Amino acid sequence: MAELLTLRLRVWRQESETAPGKLVDYHVDGISVDMSFLELLDVLNEQLIHKGDDPVEFDSDCREGICGTCGLVINGVAHGPLPGITCCQLHMRHFKDGDTITIEPWRSAAFPIIRDLVVDRDAFDRIIAAGGYVATNTGAAPDANALPIAKNDADLAMDASSCIGCGACVASCPNGSAALFVGAKISQYTFLPQGQPERRRRALRMVAQMDREGFGNCSNHAECEAVCPKDISISNIARMRREYLKASLLRE
Amino acid sequence: MPDHSPVALSTIGKKILMGATGLALVGFVIVHLAGNLLLLSPNPDHFNRYAHTLESMGALLYVAEAGLVFLFLAHIYSGITVYWCNRRARPQSYKKSGRAGGVSRKSSSSTSMIWTGLILFAFLIWHLWEFKYGAGVEQGYAVQLGSEVVRDLHRLVVESFQKEYVTLLYVLVMILLGFHLRHGFWSAFQSLGLYHPRYTGLIYGSGVVLAVLLAVGFLFIPVWIYFLGGG
Ligand code: HEM
Ligand code: FES
Repeated sequence: MAELLTLRLRVWRQESETAPGKLVDYHVDGISVDMSFLELLDVLNEQLIHKGDDPVEFDSDCREGICGTCGLVINGVAHGPLPGITCCQLHMRHFKDGDTITIEPWRSAAFPIIRDLVVDRDAFDRIIAAGGYVATNTGAAPDANALPIAKNDADLAMDASSCIGCGACVASCPNGSAALFVGAKISQYTFLPQGQPERRRRALRMVAQMDREGFGNCSNHAECEAVCPKDISISNIARMRREYLKASLLRE
Repeated sequence: MPDHSPVALSTIGKKILMGATGLALVGFVIVHLAGNLLLLSPNPDHFNRYAHTLESMGALLYVAEAGLVFLFLAHIYSGITVYWCNRRARPQSYKKSGRAGGVSRKSSSSTSMIWTGLILFAFLIWHLWEFKYGAGVEQGYAVQLGSEVVRDLHRLVVESFQKEYVTLLYVLVMILLGFHLRHGFWSAFQSLGLYHPRYTGLIYGSGVVLAVLLAVGFLFIPVWIYFLGGG
């Protein structure tokens, strides 16, 4: 039989956006090393429900690392100690028996806490709505070879578009900056012909919305790239700055 | 509602301003150090002649000084406003802080930029007060250079660095300058949008080397004078 872990969890509990929160200690045992981190929280919640306590609220959806919902700061690092994964892909074998694990929500003025570990990430949606789309009427699907795109450009667009909007960049940034998210969302269109007509407007509007939402400024700590579950490079932040500067200088 | 705010007020615009002024200040600091190394010459005339040549530049000097004042003020303006914006963006800090490591460039340097910067600014005011606006010919700090009597800045500097606390403070602040530039140099390129998969690592490394060279270069002068009395 696989090894079982006994752990001390320190979990952020907060009733509502405005209520003060605090870390609460819980003891869990019989944790299989094959469980995911979210399954650890499921076990904790079973335990709490049996006792008649309120379960710990946390977000999850796909549980296969593609939706970006399961944001948690584990021991001070967004998505926990391993690079390139979300919390649902983090397995308990990366922890040791007897460990104390501190679990906190994303902390950002732009992501108000709804309850416990759940935050409101609508600010990201509003940034996308400000310009993170292509408004051309595409009609019927065009022939795949009609619009040739260089392999290198396609790869870079793909890398940027792999952002799942989880918000770990904001959570990990000492400044609460959304630069990596917005950088990726602006960058993905710059390589593709479909992205050209609205290129300037997109950069200006998305950056303006980012600022309006109250995200911080990027100090190039690159902590975001280190926690990004999709390994998105800060080269996208540099590209966003170039796009923004060009758009500001060239706007009509 | 306008589409966007003026460039200089946006988060990105401020970083572009900070990066551009920061790099220009690095250029100034390099030239400043190069000139100051004349203090190591056994002949005080070398440094005094250099200082006198600068002071006799007339209108050109005022233009250069105005440029420097602009660079510092713009740099500090962007630094402070960015710092406040960042404070507001994370009103509640994490109970347990951690570091992701890996490709992260978060360091003691990168997280203390505002503090090292503000100390540099306070130092700058003291430094100008001591030397630029300090004792001159009228106070007896005069020396004959060829046919002219000029300010003996060399003597003023040497006398200042005979005091332990002055030398100590210079050494400490120059170490902080090194910290500021260790993150600042590469960061300025990134703020200006200049990232390259191959060269960014090189720029980061050069920044570390430059930071060490500048800090050691600057702090060597007071230490040298303190121990050897400028002789
Ligand atoms: C005089 C007082 C100074 C203050 C208050 C100050 C403040 C700051 C701050 C807060 C930052 C950036 C933090 C961030 O990215 O969020 C910064 C960056 C920088 N500083 Fe300074 N600094 C000062 C002096 C200097 C000096 C003397 C130099 C050059 C010798 C310098 C060079 C730089 C550079 C190159 C950067 C990086 C720019 C960037 O990230 O785009 N600073 N400074
Ligand atoms: S739950 Fe979808 S990424 Fe973790």
